[in-house]
Amino acid sequence: MKVLVAVKRVIDYNVKIRVKPDHSDVDLTNVKMAMNPFCEIAVEEAVRLKEKGVASEVVAVTVGPKAAQEQLRTALALGADRAIHVQTEAPVESLAAAKLLAKVVGEEQPQLTILGKQAIDSDNNQVGQMLAALTGRPQGTFASEVEVDGDTLKVTREIDGGLQTVALKLPAIVTTDLRLNEPRYAKLPDIMKAKKKPLDTKTPDELGVSVDSGLKRVAVEPPAERQGGVKVGSVDELVDKLKNEAKVL
Amino acid sequence: MSILVLAEHHDGQLAEATAHVVAAAQQIARDGGGDIDVLVAGEGVSAIAEAAARLDGVSRVRVADDAVYAHQLAEPLGDLLVALSGDYGHVLATASTTGKNVLPRLAALSDVSQISEIIAVESADTFKRPIYAGNAIATVHSEDALKVITVRPTAFDAVGETGGGAIEAIDNGVDNALSSFIDERLEQSDRPELGAAKVVVSGGRGMGSGENFQLLDGIADKLGAAIGASRAAVDAGFVANDMQVGQTGKIVAPELYVAVGISGAIQHLAGMKDSKVIVAINKDEEAPIFQVADYGLVADLFEALPELESKL
Ligand SMILES: Cc1cc2nc3c(=O)[nH]c(=O)nc-3n(C[C@H](O)[C@H](O)[C@H](O)COP(=O)(O)OP(=O)(O)OC[C@H]3O[C@@H](n4cnc5c(N)ncnc54)[C@H](O)[C@@H]3O)c2cc1C
Ligand SMILES: Nc1ncnc2c1ncn2[C@@H]1O[C@H](COP(=O)(O)O)[C@@H](O)[C@H]1O
Repeated sequence: MKVLVAVKRVIDYNVKIRVKPDHSDVDLTNVKMAMNPFCEIAVEEAVRLKEKGVASEVVAVTVGPKAAQEQLRTALALGADRAIHVQTEAPVESLAAAKLLAKVVGEEQPQLTILGKQAIDSDNNQVGQMLAALTGRPQGTFASEVEVDGDTLKVTREIDGGLQTVALKLPAIVTTDLRLNEPRYAKLPDIMKAKKKPLDTKTPDELGVSVDSGLKRVAVEPPAERQGGVKVGSVDELVDKLKNEAKVL
Repeated sequence: MSILVLAEHHDGQLAEATAHVVAAAQQIARDGGGDIDVLVAGEGVSAIAEAAARLDGVSRVRVADDAVYAHQLAEPLGDLLVALSGDYGHVLATASTTGKNVLPRLAALSDVSQISEIIAVESADTFKRPIYAGNAIATVHSEDALKVITVRPTAFDAVGETGGGAIEAIDNGVDNALSSFIDERLEQSDRPELGAAKVVVSGGRGMGSGENFQLLDGIADKLGAAIGASRAAVDAGFVANDMQVGQTGKIVAPELYVAVGISGAIQHLAGMKDSKVIVAINKDEEAPIFQVADYGLVADLFEALPELESKL
């Protein structure tokens, strides 16, 4: 079966972002960018399905600026067979991303589409669910285990109270949680090979989707900073402060 | 236009979070007007509906009692919300794994954006929400006819329970041929729920093992606290995944948060830095957690924890 994986180019998760002084947005100039960590997990899962002989082809897709090709090349180096780049320099909200991905799903007809549960820039946690709704496919979100069994997909989901297992009728949509797997690193020879793998480029216009959004960011501010506190010298002092100063005991 | 709040419930009980979401709905209603309805979907949910009707500000509780909603599967619940949404200008849910699972379906099927995890209502169409793991707060304005919103419960004070809303059954059992429930393994605990606890004691990789988490038990017992964990502690298998606090785990904002053997990565801070008082116990005096802690104790946790328990 064919597996489609959606990857997003985001700020590297180790970078602490800064808000622009005019509060219009966060400052991304010269900031290290990377594949969204949840998307790395999605790619890893797809590649493992291929290694197990369950998947026959892994296709990586991204919606984003020209530079997002880097993340597609990373996906190819990690084991995807080919890539699709829906290229636009405009900002793309989750709904528009889901609509574009729905078009790609329509064209590619994957049995399984894997996305991250959340992009760590917008922290939206929406696209997989939206894609499932738009394509009329069932969804297994926040997956920590995925098992293909004939035309059914068993997905174990991380929910607030513990774990839930559901059965989905394939074709289906899955979003990854942190404990689904531990992604591998790309090896140098694979990075070289990835440069020769096919990468197709499309535009939102060609797919007939507008990336306009009814949602506008009107300001971006830094969060209220916490005042740095004090160090206490002993457990006694800690208990005393909590009782008499903070009055929380 | 009216506002619909999707009730969160577990084990036959209305979750406390719903009262916080109704508070957000009241703030929207104050600016934009409209009644507040609550939707209770599930199987055998009459007690939950009664509890929801007691929440202040709720005019009407709409009850979809049907086996198809028993496990809150996203596909039928999404279809139900789509069927009802025509009556509303806003649909709100808790930013829980249930709310996050189903609301984007309503948004997509209504061709509108979703506004995730709001922490403030500026007006009926303008909201604040954290982005980049809480390192920036965005103000977003929605021009969509239907506003689909998940709410971070800790950011809104719960409404009281002196109301008397009407209860109405809805006859809308939708079909679900796409997904089915297999089983659930819920963590049992006598402690307060992590998201709602007044005190949270969390352990990190520094705890060293799952057994050592028992060192936190005695302290949590004395403080009536919930026990949380960092991702590293969960990944190492010390404790269950539902205990993870952070950007991609639970968001907590208790009166007192005690971080033990946790370094203070931004992803962890995202989940707890709105706590009123933060205590950090860590043997590394350079650990970033000390930058947000009101009280920092540089100590080996294996010595500090037994002493703390005995002195509480
Ligand atoms: C996409 C993504 C999402 C993430 N989401 C989350 C999330 O939601 N929540 C989360 O917590 N993390 C999250 N993380 C992981 C995060 O980046 C950190 O790796 C994690 O928080 C580290 O956990 P820790 O502080 O327990 O471990 P470490 O960073 O290893 O820190 C252990 C600490 O224990 C101290 N210590 C060790 N022994 C002792 C002792 N005997 N006495 C006292 N102190 C001791 C050490 O000095 C150290 O500071 C995420 C990461 C990614 C990439
Ligand atoms: N622009 C994009 N291109 C490709 N995939 C995306 C894009 N935006 C979001 N996704 C996918 O959807 C997941 C969740 O994103 P979000 O709902 O925006 O938090 C990501 O981890 C990706 O797998």
